[in-house]
Amino acid sequence: MNKNIRWKVLTSLAVLVIFSVVGVYPIVASQFGITSPSALMDKQLKLGLDLKGGVHLVLRVKTDDALRIETESEMERVREALRTANITSTSIAAPSSTEFRVEGVAGQDAAFRQATADALTNFDRNPGAGGTYAFTLKPNVAVALREESVEQARQTIERRVNELGVAEPSISRQGQAGDQILVQLPGVSDVNRAKSVIQSTGLLELKIVENGATGTRDELLVNGQIPEGMEILPGVSDTPGAAGTTVYYLVRKAAAVRGTDLRNARPTIDENNQPAVSFTLTQDGSRKFGTVTEQNIGRQLAIIVDGRVQSAPRIDSRITTDGRISGSFTQEEVQNLSLILRSGALPASMDYLQEQVIGPTLGADSIRSGITASVVGLVLIIVFMLIYYKLSGVNAIVALLFNLIILLGLMAYIGAVMTLPGIAGFVLTMGIGVDSNVLIFERIKEELDAQRGVRAAVNAGFSRVFLTLLDTHVSALIAALFLIQFGTGPIRGFAYTLIIGLASNLFTSTFVSKTLFELVLGRRQQVAALSI
Amino acid sequence: MHLFKNTNFDFLRWRWHAVALSWIVILAGLGVIMTKGIPRGIEFAGGTSVIAQFDQAPSVDRVREALNQNYPGGGENAIVQTYGDPALRQVMVRVPEVGAEQGGSLTATADAISQALQKGNLGNPKVVGTEIVGPAVGQELTVKGTQAMVLSLVGILAYIAFRFQFSFAVGAVVATIHDLLVTLAFLAFFQYDITLNVIAAILTVTGYSTNDTIVIFDRVRENLRSMRRDSLNDVINHSINQTLGRTVLTAGTALLSALALFVFGGEVLRGFAFAMLVGIITGTYSSVFVAAAVVTFWGRKRVQATEAASAAAGAQPARRAKAQRKVKAS
Repeated sequence: MNKNIRWKVLTSLAVLVIFSVVGVYPIVASQFGITSPSALMDKQLKLGLDLKGGVHLVLRVKTDDALRIETESEMERVREALRTANITSTSIAAPSSTEFRVEGVAGQDAAFRQATADALTNFDRNPGAGGTYAFTLKPNVAVALREESVEQARQTIERRVNELGVAEPSISRQGQAGDQILVQLPGVSDVNRAKSVIQSTGLLELKIVENGATGTRDELLVNGQIPEGMEILPGVSDTPGAAGTTVYYLVRKAAAVRGTDLRNARPTIDENNQPAVSFTLTQDGSRKFGTVTEQNIGRQLAIIVDGRVQSAPRIDSRITTDGRISGSFTQEEVQNLSLILRSGALPASMDYLQEQVIGPTLGADSIRSGITASVVGLVLIIVFMLIYYKLSGVNAIVALLFNLIILLGLMAYIGAVMTLPGIAGFVLTMGIGVDSNVLIFERIKEELDAQRGVRAAVNAGFSRVFLTLLDTHVSALIAALFLIQFGTGPIRGFAYTLIIGLASNLFTSTFVSKTLFELVLGRRQQVAALSI
Repeated sequence: MHLFKNTNFDFLRWRWHAVALSWIVILAGLGVIMTKGIPRGIEFAGGTSVIAQFDQAPSVDRVREALNQNYPGGGENAIVQTYGDPALRQVMVRVPEVGAEQGGSLTATADAISQALQKGNLGNPKVVGTEIVGPAVGQELTVKGTQAMVLSLVGILAYIAFRFQFSFAVGAVVATIHDLLVTLAFLAFFQYDITLNVIAAILTVTGYSTNDTIVIFDRVRENLRSMRRDSLNDVINHSINQTLGRTVLTAGTALLSALALFVFGGEVLRGFAFAMLVGIITGTYSSVFVAAAVVTFWGRKRVQATEAASAAAGAQPARRAKAQRKVKAS
C-alpha cells in the first residue's frame, strides 16, 4: 500500500469512528439500555416536538401595552410635578398609547416648562393654543421600548417555564415584526396550566382605596366622571351572603407598591385557613410601603393582581416587609400565583396566535413510519445499486452508509433537532446522495468505452465529475439555506438534515468512494476489467 | 449494464411539443386552482384541528353526524378524515373556526369539538393531538414562503450565471420555475393541502431540479469545445443523449427514496412526498426538454460569441488553456 492511500484510508476510518461514536452509538445504547459515560449520552441526537410529543405555543406580545404603561406613568409623574409646583390645568389625559395632553394651563408657560423638564428624556413636548401641551413618545424610545418588552417577556416566560419544571424547553423570538415568542415544551401534557402560567401578566399592585366596594360602577362616579388620578377596578365580594359577586373599588391610580418591589412570594394559609400567597418586599419597596401604610392607617388597601382586586384589607398599623394576598383561591391557584409573582411581571399582555399539542402516541407513530420509510428507502437503493453497478455498487453503498453516519453524528454534535420532516430529509439524502455515485460511475463507464485503462478511467471519472458535483451541491445548498430562514422548528430540522447531508455526501461520494476504488485496484498488478 | 447506449434522439425537434405539453399541464392546474381552489393546510388557512383516537374506528359519516348534533358550528364546514394507520382508529376533525384570539379561550373551539365527539357516543374518543392556528400566522407564512422561494431562485440564477453563462442560468431558472408550476398543478389536481411541509418540498425541488440541468449544461460546455463545426442545436442534442442514462438513473434513485416516503412515511409526510415525487419527475423532464431549449432560444448568439472567444483563447499561452481544462467535467 503506498503512503498516499494509507493516509486516505486512515482519514476515512477516523471519520467513520468519530461520527459513529458521537451519532450512532448513543442511539443504539439508549435503545438497548446500555449504560455509557454521560459525556457521550448528553450529546445524543435530540428529537423535535413533533416526534417526542409536547406543546408548541406561539404568543404575540402586545407591545402597545408597554408604550401605554410608559406614557401613563410619565403622565402621573407630570401630574405630581404640576401639583407640587402649584400649576393648575383643566385636564390631563392620554388619548393614545404614545401621547398624553395637558390642557388649560393658565399663562404659566415658563414655570410649566421647568416643571415638566424631566419628561423630555423620553417625550417630545409640543405646545398648542390655549395652554395645551402635547407630550409624544419619541419614536426611537418607542422602538426601544417595544424591543425591550418582547425581550423581557421572553425572559419572564423562560423563568416561569423553568419553575414549572419542564425539561429542555425552548423559548425563542420569531416573526417578522419580532413581537412573537415561540414556546416549545416537550413532554408537557397539562396544557392548560402551562398556558395560564405563561400568559398571566402577573402584575401585582397595592393601591389605596378611595371608595368601595360597591355593587355597580356608577355608584363610584363623581359628577358622572371618574375623579382625576383615580380608577375603578373590579373585584370579588367576600361579604357573607354575596360572596362571589363582582364589586367595584375606586382606587388611586398611582400604586403604593408594584410587582418590581417584590422580593419573593410563596403559598401560605390565611387566618381562615384558606390558601393564600404571602410576599416579601425589597428594601426599597418596604420603605415605600411603610410610608404609605403609616399615612393611611384606617383606610383600605387594595391588593390587585392583573387589574383585579383580590382583597382590600383595612390597614391597622404601619406595615413594612411582609404582606399576604388572600381571596377565594384554590391550592393550585395559589401555587400558580406565587410562581408567577416570583418570576416577575410581564411588561405587556400577550395573546396566543398558535397552539399545537402533540400527544406522545402521535409522535411515536411518526417515528415508526419514519423509520420504516428510511429502511425501505435504503433497501430499495441498495438493491438497485447492486443490480445496476454490481461490485461497484458495493462501493457506492459503503459511501452512502458513511454519509448517513456522518449525517447523524454531525446533527448530534451541533445539537440540531431531528424532526419528522428531518427524517424525510434523511431519506431523501439517501436517494439524492447516491446520485453523485451514479454520475461518477457513468463517467467511468464512458471512459472505459473509450478504451481507457481501468485505473485511468477511474481517475478520469472522479476528477472530471468533481466540479459538476460541486455545482449541483451548491445549487441545492442555496435552496436549503433559504429553507432555514423560512421555517419554524420542524422545517428547520429538515433544512439542517439536507444541508449536512449535502456537505457530507460531497465528502463520501468523492473522497471515500475514490479511496475504496484505489484500495481495491491498488492490490492488483494488472487490472483488466472493472465490475461496474 | 447500460440503460441507454449511443442513443441519438433529436430532443430539440420536440421542444415545441414539450412547451405545449407543459403549458397544458400548467394551465389546467391554474384552471383547477381558479375553479376548485387549492386547499390550504391549517398553518396557512388558520383554524382548529383535533385528532382523536377511538376504541372502535367510527365511520367518517358518524363523526360528522355527531358534529352536526353537538358542535355549535355544525359539521357543514368541518373536514373529517381518518388519520394515519387504520389500526390506530384515529380521526381528524378540522374546522375553520378558532376560539377567540384571546387568552385561554383560543382552545374554545377545540374543546367544543372534543365535547361533541364525547357526546356522539362513538366509542370513547381520546384527543391525542390538537392544532390551533390564529389568522395572523398564515399571512406571515405566505409572505415568508414567497420570499424564500424567490430568493432561492435568484440565488441559483446568480450561481449558475457565475459558473456558466447567463443564458444557461436563464435556462436553468426557467426550467426550475416550470417545475414549481407543474408541481403546484399536480398538487391542485389531487387536492393536496398546501402545508408547511409541502412548501419545504417545493423549495427542495427548486434545489434538486437544477441538478440534472447542471449535468447536461456541463456536457454542453465540454462539447462546445470539441464539436467546433457543429451547430449549437447539434451540440445540445448530442449532450443530452450522452447524459441521458445518468439523467434517468439519478432521477430513479431519488424517486425510490421519495416513493418510500410516500408509501411508508405516514400521514404527515404524504403531501411532502407527493410534491417530491412530482418534482423529481418534472425536474428530469424539464432538464431534457425545457432547460436546453431555452438556451437555444435565448442564447444562440451569446453562446456562439463566447465560443468564438474561447476558440481565440485557445491560441493563448498554456496557462489559460489549463484553467479551462479544469472546468471540463462530466
